[in-house]
Amino acid sequence: MAANNMRHALFCAIVTLIISFPILGLSLEAKGVNITLSGAKTSTYVAIVLAAVAVFVFQTFRDTFMGALGKLPNFNPLAGREPMEQTKRVKLESWLLTGIVVFALFWPFLVSRGSVDLATLVLIYIMLALGLNVVVGLAGLLDLGYVAFYAVGAYTFALLSQYTGISFWMALPIGALLAGLTGMILGFPVLRLRGDYLAIVTLGFGEIIRILLNNWTTLTGGPNGIGGIPEPTLFGMEFGRRVKEEGNTSFHETFGIAYSGEHKVIFLYLIALVLAVITALIIRRFMRMPVGRAWEALREDEIAARSLGLSRTAVKLSAFTIGAFFAGFAGTVFASKQGFISPESFVFLESAIILAIVVLGGMGSQLGVILAAIAVTILPELAREFSEYRMLIFGAAMVLMMVWRPQGLLPVRRIQITLNKQG
Amino acid sequence: MLEVKNLSMRFGGLLAVDGVSLDVQEREIVSIIGPNGAGKTTVFNCLSGFYKPTGGKVIFEGREIQGTPDYKISRLGMVRTFQHVRLFTQMTVVENLLVAQHRHLNTNMLAGLLGTPSYKEREQKALDRAAYWLERVGLLDLANRDAGNLAYGQQRRLEIARCMVTEPKLLMLDEPAAGLNPAETKELNQLIVSLKEDYNVSVVLIEHDMSLVMDISDRINVINQGKPLASGTPEEIRHNDDVIKAYLGEA
Repeated sequence: MAANNMRHALFCAIVTLIISFPILGLSLEAKGVNITLSGAKTSTYVAIVLAAVAVFVFQTFRDTFMGALGKLPNFNPLAGREPMEQTKRVKLESWLLTGIVVFALFWPFLVSRGSVDLATLVLIYIMLALGLNVVVGLAGLLDLGYVAFYAVGAYTFALLSQYTGISFWMALPIGALLAGLTGMILGFPVLRLRGDYLAIVTLGFGEIIRILLNNWTTLTGGPNGIGGIPEPTLFGMEFGRRVKEEGNTSFHETFGIAYSGEHKVIFLYLIALVLAVITALIIRRFMRMPVGRAWEALREDEIAARSLGLSRTAVKLSAFTIGAFFAGFAGTVFASKQGFISPESFVFLESAIILAIVVLGGMGSQLGVILAAIAVTILPELAREFSEYRMLIFGAAMVLMMVWRPQGLLPVRRIQITLNKQG
Repeated sequence: MLEVKNLSMRFGGLLAVDGVSLDVQEREIVSIIGPNGAGKTTVFNCLSGFYKPTGGKVIFEGREIQGTPDYKISRLGMVRTFQHVRLFTQMTVVENLLVAQHRHLNTNMLAGLLGTPSYKEREQKALDRAAYWLERVGLLDLANRDAGNLAYGQQRRLEIARCMVTEPKLLMLDEPAAGLNPAETKELNQLIVSLKEDYNVSVVLIEHDMSLVMDISDRINVINQGKPLASGTPEEIRHNDDVIKAYLGEA
């Protein structure tokens, strides 16, 4: 056992050396037209060796370490307590959630512009993750190309505003509906697929949309993207310094206050907040409706679901369509927030991050997914001080999370139903 | 009400079912028995639409239904259980029954989102029907448990309850007594008879437990190597020489 560990540990240490030495220990420098290879500082070499030793020690005593990790939840002060009564818990939860939403309404007036901007992004990710949660968490269809629907929503708004001068409020339903339609179209060819095969096809679909946007230069502007996407207006009032559209008035003049760039940011944040809350509420309702139960039944056992008269076509398509619909929602808000979009915003990594949010939060659990969206979006920002290491920290956090809580931050709790005794 | 004529199913070179015929009248329990690998479950899969039979006819209430997709067949009122229990294990017991009743529910999405009175009324009816059947199979106290956490016998009963809430005319049970202890088998025996007597359901049964089959069947069909071997009342089958040979081997 120990010898086995030792050999494995030695192997891991060598791998660490092989990987980190060329990356950290060697550096390429451009001198004129020539590139020269030079070594790094001695301290770097020492660090690499120390890292290899650390890996070696960890791997040798891996069992002890992991055993200790497993015991950690015992320190959790809440661990031994009885779960709260159902009715009490539901009441407390709804009060808490209402409190959080009310707080979120007033919060942007207290903090800096950068924080509000980041919070808007968090809200967009919440919408995306809630939508993907329907497809992956509830219906059990592994979708790796979800970002395609996000792109459809964003580009719908961008293109319509460029060619027809449509406003945000008009574009919001159109973008969402078009994304939903795209979801349905994708749904048809993949109806028979499950699991890994489905993942590959959706991955391909996501790439097709991105490459299409990249290469159809006459329509989408290709990699240059589309700029000048209008911001949302409030009953015809614009938030810019000067009014762009004829017939509109400007917000600060109407209310006789000094112009401030913050108004626009806060307004966008509030829109995103309202939309995210609407998304969460609608999907929450769906989960308690026949269609939501049908999604879950299909995830649990497709054959049994069919034997009870559920049509696979209808159930899968509805999951894809509704998931895509909310991605379109998020895409429209995103386009409006950025004012400029390009295919670069819709790469595979985005799909992966949204999927990671759903898995980290706990598949199917709305509250968990919302928490995970906040964590995953804010964590890289908080770790910004560590500059190039922030993705490393991000990755490590994910690994640890999966070791500790493979079921996600807040796993789903089944809804308890009281039945009236019959006869 | 169900008539199967000359049913055959071919998988490549293998003729798994060859010329099987059977008929089921209203309020009748018909069993299909045969040695392992005889093709009983294949017959079931053809009847319930999981397979498209390569030959023959399946007529249910005067309609030819061979080749109709599985979910449509169950909507006609022919519902089945499985040899290995297939529950929605991560959903609660009562949710399992609600899924089965989706056709009795108002599936209009808008009505559901707005929570209209007609939607709520139907939801309540579905809950009441679920409660009724849970009581009937003795699982009411476990209504909010995850279906996967039930004991095996309870899972078997839940699967039958899940079929019954769809209000079927014909119930197809694939080895319902497999893995049950004698006491549970006896309970199952009573349950199946009561389905016929009290709820006017016809039952097609695949079963290895001969005591169960002989006790409750009105008629029995024997299949051997995909071919029909004999059919008749339990008494006739018990004394049929071909059947004895197939089960016990030639002397």
